[in-house]
Amino acid sequence: MTASEIPALDLVPKTDEVQKAKDFKSDQEVRWCPGCGDYAILAAVQSFLPSLGLRRENIVFVSGIGCSSRFPYYMDTYGLHSIHGRAPAIATGLSVSRPDLSVWVVTGDGDALSIGGNHLMHALRRNVNLKILLFNNRIYGLTKGQYSPTSEPGKITKSTPQGSVDHPFNPVSLALGAEASFVARTIDSDRRHLTEVLGAAAAHEGTALVEIYQNCNIFNDGAFEPLKDAGTKDSHLIRLQHGQPIRFGSEDERAVIRDNDGQIRTVDAETDGNVLVHDAHAEDPGVAFALSRLADTVSLDRTAIGIFRDVQRPSYDRLAREQLEQAGDPAGSTDLSDLIAGPDTWTVA
Amino acid sequence: MKETQRRSDVVIRFAGDSGDGMQLTGDRFTSATASFGNDLSTLPDFPAEIRAPAGTLPGVSAFQIHFADHDIMTPGDAPDVLVAMNPAALKANIDDLSANGTVIVNTDEFTKRAVQKVGYEANPLEDGSLEKFSVHEIPLTSLTVGALESFDVTKKEAERAKNMFALGLLSWLYSRPVDQTRDFLTEKFGRKPEILAANLAALEAGWSFGETTEAFEVQYEVGKAALPAGVYRNITGNLALSYGLVAAAQRTGLGMFLGTYPITPASDILHELSRHKRFGITTFQAEDEIAGIGAALGAAYGGSIGVTTTSGPGLALKSETLGLATALELPLLVIDVQRGGPSTGLPTKTEQSDLLQAMFGRNGEAPVPIVAPQSPGDCFYAAIEAIRIATQYRTPVLLLSDGYLANGAEPWRIPDVESLPDLTVSFTTEPNDTDAKGEPVFHPFLRDPETLARPWAIPGTPGLEHRIGGIEKADVTGAISYDPDNHDYMVRTRQAKVDGIAHTIEPLSVDDPSGEADVLVLGWGSTYGPIAAACRKIRDSGLQVAQAHLRHLNPFPANTGEVLRQYRRVIIPEMNLGQLALLIRGKYLIDARAFNQVRGLPFRSEELVEVIRSEMLGESTTRFESLTEESLA
Ligand code: SF4
Repeated sequence: MTASEIPALDLVPKTDEVQKAKDFKSDQEVRWCPGCGDYAILAAVQSFLPSLGLRRENIVFVSGIGCSSRFPYYMDTYGLHSIHGRAPAIATGLSVSRPDLSVWVVTGDGDALSIGGNHLMHALRRNVNLKILLFNNRIYGLTKGQYSPTSEPGKITKSTPQGSVDHPFNPVSLALGAEASFVARTIDSDRRHLTEVLGAAAAHEGTALVEIYQNCNIFNDGAFEPLKDAGTKDSHLIRLQHGQPIRFGSEDERAVIRDNDGQIRTVDAETDGNVLVHDAHAEDPGVAFALSRLADTVSLDRTAIGIFRDVQRPSYDRLAREQLEQAGDPAGSTDLSDLIAGPDTWTVA
Repeated sequence: MKETQRRSDVVIRFAGDSGDGMQLTGDRFTSATASFGNDLSTLPDFPAEIRAPAGTLPGVSAFQIHFADHDIMTPGDAPDVLVAMNPAALKANIDDLSANGTVIVNTDEFTKRAVQKVGYEANPLEDGSLEKFSVHEIPLTSLTVGALESFDVTKKEAERAKNMFALGLLSWLYSRPVDQTRDFLTEKFGRKPEILAANLAALEAGWSFGETTEAFEVQYEVGKAALPAGVYRNITGNLALSYGLVAAAQRTGLGMFLGTYPITPASDILHELSRHKRFGITTFQAEDEIAGIGAALGAAYGGSIGVTTTSGPGLALKSETLGLATALELPLLVIDVQRGGPSTGLPTKTEQSDLLQAMFGRNGEAPVPIVAPQSPGDCFYAAIEAIRIATQYRTPVLLLSDGYLANGAEPWRIPDVESLPDLTVSFTTEPNDTDAKGEPVFHPFLRDPETLARPWAIPGTPGLEHRIGGIEKADVTGAISYDPDNHDYMVRTRQAKVDGIAHTIEPLSVDDPSGEADVLVLGWGSTYGPIAAACRKIRDSGLQVAQAHLRHLNPFPANTGEVLRQYRRVIIPEMNLGQLALLIRGKYLIDARAFNQVRGLPFRSEELVEVIRSEMLGESTTRFESLTEESLA
């Protein structure tokens, strides 16, 4: 699908020029640690954007603070590297006031879920036209390795020598609870899956939250290894496809089923026929939520990736714009004078 | 026909329970007074609670209006007339009443229990404690209920109309027209004809009561004031500020985006602007103060006039984003309608205690220009000036209003909108530099040599794609830079840019009719009225005093030091503990004397007279408490 066929991008100007990934590379030297998962995501985004066919100057990346938030500097688009946690708020003002822009937010687990939790939650609820890429490495990288709100319980870090006692967030569950209209999860190293999810996010009207599992090879190396290792990934990963029965395992022997009592759970060998068919468009987020809860926080077994939810709801931007349009234009130049004069005036000669 | 006496000015205070409609009563009386042609100034004073417990002192809501046949500067020090709707209102306000003042009390509310509830040992109407005043004991509630007997309203609804009875009575007493109030009620209660009829009848009954009863022997008249020619309206500070924003947006030719979070006493600006979408104004009620300024900054990045409104606690939350705006060098307007602090403080009362927060409340060297209006009507022009600075210099600007300006009202000469400054903004659309190979490039931090402003190139502009952010930027190119010399240069340049605004602001002017004063009273913000009134009184008594008032607090007008040094003594009255005084002393090494009050109320001009006079005559006074050498030692 090209941009001209995506209703969500109707108002963003298109280009006829053929774009290449390198058109989206800025002249800034990339300064992430060698081997960091951020490189793969950057490369994937740069190769993906040409497929949208949008004018480069109408794309904006807004970020907060953290390793991931350096992202805008490396993109040859417009970019704003803001302050810790506030990117969704800043991007909201930009998006609402500029419907001709495609606005992307790049954030991390600390940035989006800790210091900026409030803004993330409210952007999702409002359904502002933002594509939020949440790089989740389950650690604080830029401040050198403290546990984050997504770290597994008992995490031993510089700030938690005896292990953290915090219970972590599950970003997908959180987003679904915050009324998100689009929620997906993908993995830095799976370029094809990542690109697919980015495409669906871009096509979505309203907020799209994409959680990207990202390896921090310096402070939390191998955090997602069970989902990447050839020996374990097929047995651990549940790949959600809209309209498809949810089967997984190296031989597709495992499945997600709905119990007779309505409960969603996995079975290791399919016993009966009631394999759940994934419906990303379901109005009720209940099943998507249940799918997000299947994963084991520590072993990552039964981790679902893909698009959990993708439903249509008018964006905040659109509704706000409609009110603006309904208000009409000032009726001639006298309108401002009439406004400030009000109904009760008197004249002093 | 009763006797009519002329008065040159009168101060009336309406006081009652929060639920008695005193603000509405005051507002209506004000409106009638304004259209009659008096000069006036008002001071609403209400509790933070929406409906504080009935009949208690904290629940008292009051509205004071000063009106005159000449130009006046303040809502008046002491009321000549107090309308007290219950014992709590009497107790909370009686000490302020001027000697020989008039009290109108609603005797229906003076039951034994109600009197005791507020701590009176005996009924003040009976124990002689009000002897020095002229007291009118009127059963306002029962008279109202009686007058509405034949109307199709409940007793409760009838009782509720007693404020209109009081308004009718006071309107008769001071010969105010009531047509406007009738129109207002018709609009307000248009859909409830019975309530409308009852209120109109109560208003009428109050008027006739004054006219016919023997309790009032004299009716008063206050003639029109000789104001400069023009078309006038009555306006509060928050309304004038809102209109200033609408006008400024129009003059820039850009859309306006207000990102904000509700907070007293600033919320009215949000309410007002949300009604004016047709002027291209988007209002966004954010999830918190931080998101409010964040969204405004995001919109500014996109080429809108970004505005956020708040009060002190909210400004504290906005600090980090304000610092970001300083680093990004984007236009942004932050409006702080100051209230009593610290913390939640006194949400509905006035104070000027955010000056230093506005000046310094950010990490790093983050200079932000500050503009402060001096009267309710001046809020209009201050908003325009703040947006001029923000757009011309690509900088966040702080506008410091306060609770007194926000809710206080005065007659305002309506400006010709065509005469307002042209604030047209042009975005950068072309490369502004050449690279080493001679190719055209865009450099986001290549500054205008005169203003030091950087280009405003908004997303959507082809060929100018660039990145900005809170990390220090290299001069000219805007690339990330940790270079020591570059940082030193950038910090100094951002400061120089803000300092340079002094070139485009009005010099500080001094009001000293005789030219012989050797004492100057310096103020800023809403203290203008009380200081001006005090200076007038001093001059009337044959002494000479000079007055100067700062509209720009950062930077100060270029001639400020020169002006201040011409005086033997500089006195700075402020509703804080000496914040401007600290800045003036620090910057100009002038031994300014600070006079400070933080009572949540504007200064009384009589008090200022006393303080200024004792300073002029060299009398020792204990009133200059802060910033003396001892206190600094
Ligand atoms: S610290 Fe971790 S997340 Fe940050 S750049 Fe290095 S590897 Fe990447």
